[in-house]
Amino acid sequence: MSEPLLSVRDLKVSFPTHTGRVNVVDGLGFDLGRERLGIVGESGSGKSMTGRAILRLIRPPGRVTAERLRFDGTDLLTLPESKMRPIRGARISMVMQDPRYSLNPVMTIGRQIAEALRMHENLGRAATRARVRDMLEAVQINDPDRVSQMYAHEVSGGMGQRIMIAMMLVPRPQILIADEPTSALDVSVQAQVLDLIDDLVRDHGMGLILISHDLNLVARYCDRIMVMNAGRVVERCDAADLAQATHPYTRGLLAAVPRMHETRETLPVLDRSQWEGT
Amino acid sequence: MTAISLQNLDVSYDGNRVVKGATFDVAEGESFALVGESGSGKSTVLKAIAGLAPEWAGTIEVLGKPRSHRPDRALARQCQMVFQDPYGSLHPRKTVDSVLSEALKIHGLGNRDERVEQVLTDVGLDRRFRFRYPHQLSGGQRQRVAIARALMLEPKVMLLDEPTSALDVSVQAEILNLLKRLRAEHNLTYLMVSHDLPVVGFMCDRMAVMTKGEIVEIAPGTALHDGAFTHPYARALYAASGG
Ligand SMILES: Nc1ncnc2c1ncn2[C@@H]1O[C@H](COP(=O)(O)OP(=O)(O)OP(=O)(O)O)[C@@H](O)[C@H]1O
Ligand SMILES: Nc1ncnc2c1ncn2[C@@H]1O[C@H](COP(=O)(O)OP(=O)(O)OP(=O)(O)O)[C@@H](O)[C@H]1O
Ligand SMILES: [Mg+2]
Ligand SMILES: [Mg+2]
Repeated sequence: MSEPLLSVRDLKVSFPTHTGRVNVVDGLGFDLGRERLGIVGESGSGKSMTGRAILRLIRPPGRVTAERLRFDGTDLLTLPESKMRPIRGARISMVMQDPRYSLNPVMTIGRQIAEALRMHENLGRAATRARVRDMLEAVQINDPDRVSQMYAHEVSGGMGQRIMIAMMLVPRPQILIADEPTSALDVSVQAQVLDLIDDLVRDHGMGLILISHDLNLVARYCDRIMVMNAGRVVERCDAADLAQATHPYTRGLLAAVPRMHETRETLPVLDRSQWEGT
Repeated sequence: MTAISLQNLDVSYDGNRVVKGATFDVAEGESFALVGESGSGKSTVLKAIAGLAPEWAGTIEVLGKPRSHRPDRALARQCQMVFQDPYGSLHPRKTVDSVLSEALKIHGLGNRDERVEQVLTDVGLDRRFRFRYPHQLSGGQRQRVAIARALMLEPKVMLLDEPTSALDVSVQAEILNLLKRLRAEHNLTYLMVSHDLPVVGFMCDRMAVMTKGEIVEIAPGTALHDGAFTHPYARALYAASGG
């Protein structure tokens, strides 16, 4: 078998707290090929930190260690920052969880996407503008010309998410890490945006890490799923088997989802004593 | 009594009208949802009610009092908003503790230490988080701090903009149960934006469906069980959600 696109072993991310250093990601390992990996798990379980660690975006006093963090034949752990920069955003890109605050507040949306495109290829003014327009249309922005002229604080929550996705996809990355990319979108727009990402996985061999709290969405748009709790993986399964997951934590998550024909007065909550050691 | 009453509300940004003639009443103790297309003006409606939209016309009444175009501190205490982006709504240089105690201080409320502790427990955050800054929290933890801040002042009316969309399902269940219980105990009124129809079904008595700045339908929560929507956009939204 050929080497995976991304290979992670014993990844740890820690922060100092008043009770000493705490590992918020604690020995994580996985391989990613040209496929779709879903990460689900409770709030605070270390999903975003995992994504950020891969891109080396954890700042001191946070600390990252790993036995291996290899991307396409390159050791990311020891790579100098100057060599990391062309990878970040161009070859591996990440849709952040707070899109409107990850966008540049003083640059128009159109210009930001154009700059992202420039990392990948050098096009003339008109061609760049056309590509930006196409990309915004692809993420279901109806009036791309108007939106191109806007600033981050002028777009709605769901528009911000789609703009962020457009900006991250336009340089055609080899890996897309998408952190709750569609949490503000209704089901139909969500499906259109995820179908677009899906096409890139299929047609261009992109690898996808989809972080989401939406279990149905992950089951539908991923091949494999990793369930995280307290910085560790507690269950791995094929997406198709999520409904039959066995770990009590995963079962608890599945039960907590409200249904369209909801009749329960209160939703079941997790009994954390079932799997926590202490 | 009506808790929120909107009559022909128009809201614009730089002369560009993004909410057109919004009209609805929310009864005291009712839970009412705004659902609809991304960019259709849902957050803008909430901001206008909270007094955060500079250009508006029409009538906004909260708890029987018309809202003026000026800030209104008495109203601010009775009507709290949880914003769609928890990151942007929390001050980056203030700890969770100071964000929460500050509201109490401004409104001259005592027992601060106890209240802060209690509200953090309510939203499922333990002691460890009390003296952290927003950047030291995960997305869902920030969202819960924002909810805690709104609950702090024990408002009568809560404007909730996608309050649980950054939360995993287990924490979402805890927060939804909490909101439901608080509403029952204190007869609170909720106006809640959500793109998640099952969440709306669980939480809300009625909903308004918005598209392109307009409310096109007001339907009972039971429409989510029997699909009794009439407007084509509302029907499409329902169908896409697997209704
Ligand atoms: N600077 C920091 N100092 C201390 N702890 C931190 C810091 N930054 C993050 N953490 C903690 O690390 C843990 C993991 O955070 P992370 O953002 O990865 O969670 P997550 O799984 O993405 O959660 P969510 O679903 O809520 O976004 C959290 O408990 C968070 O409080
Ligand atoms: N500060 C602003 N300046 C200019 N236009 C704005 C501003 N804020 C919002 N808008 C525009 O108003 C419209 C409605 O935005 P709003 O945030 O109310 O939508 P929404 O229904 O909440 O959408 P979402 O579900 O995506 O959050 C959008 O077209 C948006 O671009
Ligand atoms: Mg996160
Ligand atoms: Mg909004």
